[in-house]
Amino acid sequence: MRRPYESNKDGGPKPDRRPDGTHEENDFTPEDNDFTPDRRPDGNNMAITTPIDQAANPTEPTATAATWAVIRDFARRRTLGAIGAAVVVVMIVVGVFAGLLAPYDPLAVDFGAMLTKPNAAHWLGTDAFGRDVLSRLIYGSRTALLVGFGAAVFGATIGAVLGVGSAYFGGRVDLYLQRLMDIFLSFPLIILALALVAILGNSIPNVIMAITIPMIPRAALVIRSSALTIREMPYVDAARAAGFGHVRIILRHMLPNVIAPYLIMLTAFLSQAILAESSLSFLGLGVQEPTAAWGLMLRGAAVDFAEAAPWMALFPGFAISLAVFAFNLFGDSLRDALDPKLRTL
Amino acid sequence: MRHRIRWIASSFVALVLGLTTTFPVPAGAQDKPRYGGQLDFVVPSEPPSYDAHAEETFGVIHPIAPHYSLLVRVDPFDKTGTKPVGDLAESWTISKDGLVYTFKLRQGVKFHDGSEMTSKDVKASYDKIIFPPAGVKSLRKESYSSVEVVEAPDPHTVRFRLKYPESSLLLNLASPWNWIYKADILAKDMHWYEKNVMGTGPFLFVEHVKGSHWVGKKNPNYWDKGKPYLDGFRATFMSSSAAQVAAIRGERAHIQFRGFSPPERDQLTAALGNKIAVQESPWDCLNFVSMHHEKKPFDDKRVRRALSLALDRYEASQKLSRITIVKDVSGIQVPGTPYATPPAELEKLAGYGHDINANRAEAKRLLREAGVPDGFSFTFKNRGIPHPYEPIAIWLVDQWRQIGLNVKIETIEASAYHPMLKRGDFEVAMDFQCGFIVEPDLDLVRFVTTSDANYGKHRDKVIDELYRKQARAIDVEDRKKLVRALEKRLLDEEAHVIWTLQWHRIIPHSAKVKGWTITPSHYLNNQLDTVWLTE
Amino acid sequence: MWKYLLKRFLLMFPTLVGVAVVTFFLIRVIPGDVVELRLAGDRGAASQAAIDAERVRFGLDQPVWKQFATWMVGVARLDFGASMWTGSPIWDEIKLRFALSLQVAIMATLVAVGLAVPLGLLAALRQDSWIDYAVRIFSIAGLACPSFWLGILMILTFLIVFKWLPPMVYTPFWVNPWQNLQQLVWPALAVGYRYSAVATRMTRSAMLEVLREDYVRTARAKGLVQRLILVRHALKNAMLPVLTVIALEFAFLIGGLVVTEQVFNLNGIGLLFVQAVAHRDYTLIQALVMLVAGIFIFVNFAMDVMYAWLDPRIRYR
Repeated sequence: MRRPYESNKDGGPKPDRRPDGTHEENDFTPEDNDFTPDRRPDGNNMAITTPIDQAANPTEPTATAATWAVIRDFARRRTLGAIGAAVVVVMIVVGVFAGLLAPYDPLAVDFGAMLTKPNAAHWLGTDAFGRDVLSRLIYGSRTALLVGFGAAVFGATIGAVLGVGSAYFGGRVDLYLQRLMDIFLSFPLIILALALVAILGNSIPNVIMAITIPMIPRAALVIRSSALTIREMPYVDAARAAGFGHVRIILRHMLPNVIAPYLIMLTAFLSQAILAESSLSFLGLGVQEPTAAWGLMLRGAAVDFAEAAPWMALFPGFAISLAVFAFNLFGDSLRDALDPKLRTL
Repeated sequence: MRHRIRWIASSFVALVLGLTTTFPVPAGAQDKPRYGGQLDFVVPSEPPSYDAHAEETFGVIHPIAPHYSLLVRVDPFDKTGTKPVGDLAESWTISKDGLVYTFKLRQGVKFHDGSEMTSKDVKASYDKIIFPPAGVKSLRKESYSSVEVVEAPDPHTVRFRLKYPESSLLLNLASPWNWIYKADILAKDMHWYEKNVMGTGPFLFVEHVKGSHWVGKKNPNYWDKGKPYLDGFRATFMSSSAAQVAAIRGERAHIQFRGFSPPERDQLTAALGNKIAVQESPWDCLNFVSMHHEKKPFDDKRVRRALSLALDRYEASQKLSRITIVKDVSGIQVPGTPYATPPAELEKLAGYGHDINANRAEAKRLLREAGVPDGFSFTFKNRGIPHPYEPIAIWLVDQWRQIGLNVKIETIEASAYHPMLKRGDFEVAMDFQCGFIVEPDLDLVRFVTTSDANYGKHRDKVIDELYRKQARAIDVEDRKKLVRALEKRLLDEEAHVIWTLQWHRIIPHSAKVKGWTITPSHYLNNQLDTVWLTE
Repeated sequence: MWKYLLKRFLLMFPTLVGVAVVTFFLIRVIPGDVVELRLAGDRGAASQAAIDAERVRFGLDQPVWKQFATWMVGVARLDFGASMWTGSPIWDEIKLRFALSLQVAIMATLVAVGLAVPLGLLAALRQDSWIDYAVRIFSIAGLACPSFWLGILMILTFLIVFKWLPPMVYTPFWVNPWQNLQQLVWPALAVGYRYSAVATRMTRSAMLEVLREDYVRTARAKGLVQRLILVRHALKNAMLPVLTVIALEFAFLIGGLVVTEQVFNLNGIGLLFVQAVAHRDYTLIQALVMLVAGIFIFVNFAMDVMYAWLDPRIRYR
């Protein structure tokens, strides 16, 4: 199956192998995003040094300092992405410390306070059972992040493993794996997730699995094509001839090349997973009551009372949008920084 | 002469005044029915097939019932939905021993293809329902087990002979599912009615576009001269309830015959003011909690009673009725119907008292006595439907928290729900009961030990005996006593199941729709022959 | 090239068969049974004898592999059987809904292309300017908004602000085009906006890539006018990946709009899917999956053809 990023391989710049095995094309080259070259007097690029260098050279003595420099530079040059990252961090903190931050128990039913407008006691109002919307939103971030991170990380990682394996071993293995991935790709994500939830049931681990599985072929696809560019390189065959084991070749040569697309893909998957989880909950097929989850909060009563009590629907929807937005901003800028030649997703 | 005229004038005035005050000018409801117009209504689900004998969903009744007649039907003007009146039957007699029911049929009733309806059509239809041949599905066969044979001695008489007397038979025969089909067609093909329509009802079949709508038009040869009033009807299939509300709100549909939730009703009344009329009624549907009697600790009746005592039903009635389709605190019969227990007596049952604190203290005591530790955890399985299953489950969990129980809800998708119940794969689960007619025989049969629907697997000979006795009881007062005794045994002494709240049927509809009366069942009153539109 | 295309064409079939197999066995793993559902209905009780009898009618008592063989034979004859829930032929069930989904997909694509190409171009040409940021934010917002929330907001806005509601009943385009458009333009916009987000980003990065090429840089050095000429040429090269993305997303639109359809009450393929799964209507689910997967696989093949034709530099695998 032809994919956009498989073309132009002959038209691109020739990869230049450095003695340590990394490739020049993976460094941030000055022309990539500017029309004006940006070089410091010492000849290094003004832009960030990529995590790839770190991965390839794990014994860098100033690793911590370099990391901070990376972050500072990133924040300065890519403000949007930094904002996205900041929001993500806030969300993670909120999710982790939900117990401390939430003013009320998200499950506490209070018939005396049903459907109250946002006020001093309940900053974002209450829902049809008198449960505090703000507290449910805070605990909901925990569910969203759990499912989002869970599904995205598992999906991306398993897919990456399959993609690298497929690219490296080539031949029959590649052919069969490709066909298998194509088969699962033909199912729209939500349909496959739906069927899986029907089979597995709808506890949080099952929902994570139901979203992970459709993501695997998508990840495999992306990673495979990145891995393929290395596989084509004669030095891989040379390394095999020299007697290096599969694992070593994969780890040393292929992995560094796929880390960038992997990270970028991960951020995209995170946002897709959060959206998938909220869609499933909205349909009644994901996480179930009385768990606090953003998609779930948009279901049922929120729609019924959309006019009379709009705060029930507004805030969870806003939260979902904000999370996905932040992940995308961050991912976008990450991609621009790491390798703008990657046009996947 | 002058004061004579004055006398006549003043007595005339007095007479007129007297007449108008004693017989006030009728209000709009008593207006003469107007002919014409098409009734537009929305139906939440589509019929899987067209044969009511073989289907269970309202998606079949709402669009298709207008094409058919019944032998007897429930009085469309009776709010309790418990009074049988004749449809194709002109009159009937019941023998003194209660074993023979003889119906005299109307003459000159024609099927939509012009052929005459006679007793052989009624017999063939009921034979299909009660004695279906192999390969033919009849869902209500078991409820007619008292019928020995259906006879058609002459073209206008139908006779039912029973094996034993059964006081509920007449109402059971008035089931909205017992459409009268044509004998000749059934003789040729028993499955014909699954995909085709041919009846004697007030409306002719025009078209059914799958995924879209169903259209019917007036039957000019309907036996009830002067009816129907409508020129026709159009049923649009819409699964999303928000879309249904939008359709009524946008005045694109007049009515939806199943029911809306309280916020949806409030939306409509707020938006349309006096263009909307709202009819409400207790619904012949209810959610009850089923506990598996073979799983500890629910085999102990103290635990079961405790679970019922913990529930503040009266508070829930007030609060939950704002957000979902429940309202009345009820016993085993719909409030307002002949066999329902009056509130004063209902209060004496466990969990129905007004002193919730005392009840909860008692519940805690019972749990301790039964050896259930504080913070005991179990899983409550619920059906994945938003109204009212989810809100009731949330309420139940909260109430049980108050007596120290830590309950987890596991929601099972609606399609997988019954298999789960049948397998007995639950500790505590939400069950439900929906009837088409409020009749103790029909509503209570599932609590008999041997019933297929006895998912909690309770074995109670006392209930079996009480059920049998009340089914055979001819005297109404006797029967009432037996039904009360059954209720007490079921909900109080043994607490085999836990009643929650009665569903509440809310039908907000266009004020233009007249002649339709709400009943506790969303399967009743759908022939539309009495309905007319103003303006 | 022809050998390559032939290989690609032949590969479509094993994939389709694979999809058929996976679907067939996957749905039978789901607990629950169409017969139980039909019989239990609203009242919640059905006798075991009735259920068993019905199962035989549907052939559900046969061993699974036999059911599969029967079905595959039918598929080979393009006979997908009848829906287990309603008993009518599959095509009857699907045709109206397919027309609707197809129309929404096409309209959404038009919206997406209409938004994505100009915006993506603009952002690429004015990179890092406020225009670039605005376009990027606009497109990411499109990706971020859950479509059902957007739909709810849209309907609420219509109701509260304009006191108007779009028609909720589907009229096919050939029956009444005006009413048809009135209903479908809103979901098309909601979906198209999301769809355009992906396409905008792709257009932007594809253009950026192309603009970095040597010939463009040289032209730039030479002067503005030449740059414009080359931008036009560059555009042609950049469009290839963009078209791919658009085509692939289009294939997903046919079956993937489950939530949007629910919000706008569209009787489309997505909702039919959900209903079919809820009803455990095996034949319908299988037919729908084959339809959607078939479209996706075919679109991919069409992309292969286009690439082979337009880009002589492709590597053959």
